[in-house]
Amino acid sequence: MIRDAIGLVVDLNLLDRYGWRMLDGLWVTLKLVAITFVLGAVLGLAVALARLSRNRVVAGIAFAYVYLFRGTPLLAQLFVVYYGAGQFREPLEAAGLWWILRDAWNCALITFTLNTAAYQAEILRGGIQSLPKGQAEAAAALGLRPWQALFKVVLPQALIVGLRPLGNELILMIKASAVASLVTVYDLMGVTRLAFSRSYNFEVYLWAAVLYLALVETVRRVWTLGERRLTRHMRPA
Amino acid sequence: MDRLWPLLAFGPTGWGDEIAAGALVTISLALATLPFGITLGLLVALAQRAENRLLSGAATVFNTVFRGLPELLTLLIVYYGGQLLLQWLLAAAGFSARVQVNAFAAGMVALGLVLAAFSAEVWAGALNSIAKGQREAGYALGLTRWQTFRLVVAPQLLRVALPGLSNNWLALLKETSLVSTIALPDLMRQTNVAVGNTKEPFFFFVIAILIYLGFSILSGGVIALLEARANRGMMRARA
Repeated sequence: MIRDAIGLVVDLNLLDRYGWRMLDGLWVTLKLVAITFVLGAVLGLAVALARLSRNRVVAGIAFAYVYLFRGTPLLAQLFVVYYGAGQFREPLEAAGLWWILRDAWNCALITFTLNTAAYQAEILRGGIQSLPKGQAEAAAALGLRPWQALFKVVLPQALIVGLRPLGNELILMIKASAVASLVTVYDLMGVTRLAFSRSYNFEVYLWAAVLYLALVETVRRVWTLGERRLTRHMRPA
Repeated sequence: MDRLWPLLAFGPTGWGDEIAAGALVTISLALATLPFGITLGLLVALAQRAENRLLSGAATVFNTVFRGLPELLTLLIVYYGGQLLLQWLLAAAGFSARVQVNAFAAGMVALGLVLAAFSAEVWAGALNSIAKGQREAGYALGLTRWQTFRLVVAPQLLRVALPGLSNNWLALLKETSLVSTIALPDLMRQTNVAVGNTKEPFFFFVIAILIYLGFSILSGGVIALLEARANRGMMRARA
């Protein structure tokens, strides 16, 4: 019954062959984005602090890093890591690192982390700089160490400012992660391309579109809910 | 490195001319997409404000879809879907032919739709920033709706929208690299070809990255000039 109803909209034969694999692909996309977004947040914080450092060399390097990763296509960055690594196989084997970069999944993970770290660093830097100087001074006057002041006073407020742009960055990462399919990672896009190359049935692209839209809309709504909850003390009663 | 530089020579022995031609295709595609995308974006933003529920609903759906889909998927859907659509239209008209959609055109349409959806958000913000009194004053002077838009709203709109549109342009420039997947000989594709022939992926992809970076830096300079020009009427107020 239900199957017949579904059959009115989609090609059941195609669904039997590729339906589960596409859901597997969706899971791979989710994992890839979740891991890189969290790792990117950690690295991004370090880069943001380096950007704000009084040491000119440190700040300069962080600026160059951010400019390089934000000013060039993710696809090109991924190709440098994935294809470029193969060229340094011998030294990498000697260093015992080849097993990491041999795998397309790891290459995508590394590239995406480096990329999103640059974007998140700028969001955090903006958040930190938006705070009045008195916040850090008051923390110092209370006798908090610089690290305590950072994690207990500055960062929580900076993150509130950065909540919305961070949500946008997460959604951009979900969409951008589709390029992983171009280096043989079977994420949602990868499975879709495989299914299309075998079946020549255009329908699979439309399924992928529906799945991506559902994913992005869900993440957007959940993020907005979280944002409302976290900023509830800032709204008038 | 002495071994690598000759690979960038122009002419039959090096890949310099091929890569330069690719860079030209990349820039051409971005420049061709820009006016189409931001104009459509403005229309979408205006449609979103329309009192007609159907029109504003359609604009919202447009934005949700093209801002939510991965650019790569939009491109493949336009490329393969366009092919099917054309074939179907031709068949309906009584012709039977295999059609190949032009990759440049497909790239332009796909990236243009994405740009439209993202720039619509920028336009909407700019439209909101213009006080209602500006429009009302225009009507009070006896200007028509179109005249009010062209003479009163538009000049102010551009100044407010420029920073957002600049971001849209920088994103577009990077997104063009995806078109290499449908075999348009852009910078990325030509670099791929060079890599296939020379087995020097690291060197060539780094060169490609540096060229993209150069485009971004150049764009940054042009944007700064444009913003200075757009803000020239605001200088005195600030000083």
